[in-house]
Amino acid sequence: MPEGTLCNKIPVNTKEELLTLLADKSGKTYYEEMNHLDVDHAALKTTLDKSCKSRIRTWLEICAHCGMCADSCFFYLANNKDPKQVPSYKIQSTLGEIVKRNGNVDNAFMQKTMDIAWGKCTCCNRCGMYCPFGIDMGVMFGYLRGLCFSQGFVPWELKIGSGMHRIYRAQMDVTSEDWVDTCQWRMEENADDWPGLEIPIDKENADIIYTVNAREPKHYPEDLDEAAILFHLAGENWTVPSVGWEETSLAMFAGDWEGCRLQVQAVYDAMERLKPKRMVVTECGHAYRATVIEGPYWAGLKSGKTPVPSFHYVEWVAEALRTGKLKLDPSKKIKEPVTYQDSCNYIRNAGLSDCAREIMSYIAEDFREMRPNREHNFCCGGGGGMNGLGRYREERNVGLKVKRDQILATGAKLVISPCHNCWDAIRDLEEIYKVGIRWSFLKPILLKMVIVPDHMKPVEE
Amino acid sequence: MYDFVTGPLAWLAFLVFFVGVVVRVIQYIRGLDWKLDRVTYTVNVSYGIKGALRSIFFWLFPFGTRSWRSYPFLTLLVFSFHIGILFTPIFLIAHNVLLLERWGFSFWTITEAAADFMTFLVLVSAIFLVLRRIALPEVRIITIAYDYLMLAVAVAPFFTGLMAHYQSGNYQFWLILHILSGEIMLMAIPFTKLSHFVGFFLSRGQLGMDYGIKRGGMKSKGLDW
Ligand code: HEM
Ligand code: SF4
Ligand code: SF4
Ligand code: SF4
Repeated sequence: MPEGTLCNKIPVNTKEELLTLLADKSGKTYYEEMNHLDVDHAALKTTLDKSCKSRIRTWLEICAHCGMCADSCFFYLANNKDPKQVPSYKIQSTLGEIVKRNGNVDNAFMQKTMDIAWGKCTCCNRCGMYCPFGIDMGVMFGYLRGLCFSQGFVPWELKIGSGMHRIYRAQMDVTSEDWVDTCQWRMEENADDWPGLEIPIDKENADIIYTVNAREPKHYPEDLDEAAILFHLAGENWTVPSVGWEETSLAMFAGDWEGCRLQVQAVYDAMERLKPKRMVVTECGHAYRATVIEGPYWAGLKSGKTPVPSFHYVEWVAEALRTGKLKLDPSKKIKEPVTYQDSCNYIRNAGLSDCAREIMSYIAEDFREMRPNREHNFCCGGGGGMNGLGRYREERNVGLKVKRDQILATGAKLVISPCHNCWDAIRDLEEIYKVGIRWSFLKPILLKMVIVPDHMKPVEE
Repeated sequence: MYDFVTGPLAWLAFLVFFVGVVVRVIQYIRGLDWKLDRVTYTVNVSYGIKGALRSIFFWLFPFGTRSWRSYPFLTLLVFSFHIGILFTPIFLIAHNVLLLERWGFSFWTITEAAADFMTFLVLVSAIFLVLRRIALPEVRIITIAYDYLMLAVAVAPFFTGLMAHYQSGNYQFWLILHILSGEIMLMAIPFTKLSHFVGFFLSRGQLGMDYGIKRGGMKSKGLDW
């Protein structure tokens, strides 16, 4: 059974394997090897028997083929209503076939399936809200990604991503030492401007354990500063764990369920070890989805909940503004029209739309809703790992058109986007279509308008 | 022939239908897996029930959800089609006379005019459902022969019933066909996509529990379907 040295059915588990894979620029050799990868029919059949149960089989069977899900998918709309983008078609022609043929599919079929599962769906789950039977194609594509991953048919970047989590328990090569160093470095950097500012590491029994997206320590350390300053101003008793600090999960995008489990277990272990009262997660949508919403199931927690109650950053901000822990200067409210990107992951799939509106009422004078909005909002176009996949760059760029038009229709030039993926997608959208918009996380906006009590200001010399 | 289709075959049809439907429900529920589906069905039960009921309830009304409202024409078709399919046979005078004769009970009945009108609605809606399948590219691409077959199976009892009622010449012929097609439809329900007769409630309930328990139901008023 031909298995490539790079493209094969075994996940990346060592640094050496990871480096070889990374050295293969844009996955050229990797995708070449994929052309010769065999499908292990017996294994695929066993996996189907074990994991494809009544929910998915019923969905596939009772689909009325009515097409009501068509307009719900932003890919369908962005591609001039191409029938090949109808969610039901996409899933029936991939997972539907695999189930019907009981795993008897060939290499070409698996590659086509991969191209649809990652290149034509972001798992935003919007279609499920528009199907009369509640058939959630986003859920099925997530499942299908798992099948593809187990057979080695996974985009190159996500094989790397899943390996990162398995090796570093982070989506990037940031070790525990790197992370702790970064925290200490940022604390020292900010010491002059913010007397008493701390980034407490591994403090036990804190009120809040704060966890992040590895991109923050690696590429955007100012995000960590801002989080620390806002907690400081709010008087929170908080901490970060030295291990188990990463919330994101490229393993989830890859369909590497074991990698997913390993990753969230690290965070839950930190909770058990440090016994905080609750967890607050940075401004990231899929991170929250992975560690707070889906994670307990990967880790086998029967309550379906994280070991301590967990909150997205927007929940903490809404609470801090509501209770007056953070006070904003009303004269500094944003005057220009401003809109808000509802992230599928923490809005549609976690019910936090009210928090976002509450926050906007404190920070914006002219808040303009996108249409549709809240749970019904369209995906930014970059979800499900798509932002990072070279093979589907063109598909992604076309998909961004829906969000572009939604934003332009509001008349706002500023988009608040408390989600790393959405933030990236909107940045790329501006880069490609040059429509003259700006985008921001909440933290920098809040810092510009927060009232700093005198005793917290640096002493003038 | 008449004795056969109204005797043993009728019994068989009802038996297959009832047992089949019950088995489908049991199989569905037994196939739910909290870990694979990532929904704690047996924990946080009150949130689950609330989510399931909301998910079913809003979808049972025409224009009750955003999706129904986005497709007003299709919504009218689907509801007139289904109301006809479900209510006409149960409340038809002729069926109830039979029920009373054979099993000694009957339901409320509707006037013949109302029954004719609903049967007519079923047939007209079905024609438009077919036209829609042919005309709209997004529906055409997912349509397979099986969809037409199932539509035919569902509509046949209505067409033949109407024929029996009005084609006085060939009454016996149409009547037997009518009974036969009704029995075929009943027996098809557990084994085909017509199983959405129960599948609709199960699947909607399941997704409702997913949203009610895991995807935000505990932190919001509930999904705005
Ligand atoms: C309470 C029971 C039922 C409910 C809630 C229900 C619901 C639905 C829904 C939501 C659809 C999809 C609508 C669409 O095409 O957009 C549908 C389609 C359909 N249903 Fe039902 N149904 C029920 C019972 C039945 C029964 C008893 C039959 C016939 C035996 C039937 C036959 C059909 C057919 C043939 C279609 C496909 C229509 C098409 O071609 O587009 N349904 N049903
Ligand atoms: S809306 Fe639902 S039933 Fe209709 S085609 Fe799409 S998935 Fe199938
Ligand atoms: S989950 Fe989102 S992207 Fe995927 S098919 Fe459904 S609507 Fe389209
Ligand atoms: S990137 Fe944001 S909008 Fe896009 S799928 Fe993820 S959460 Fe949704």
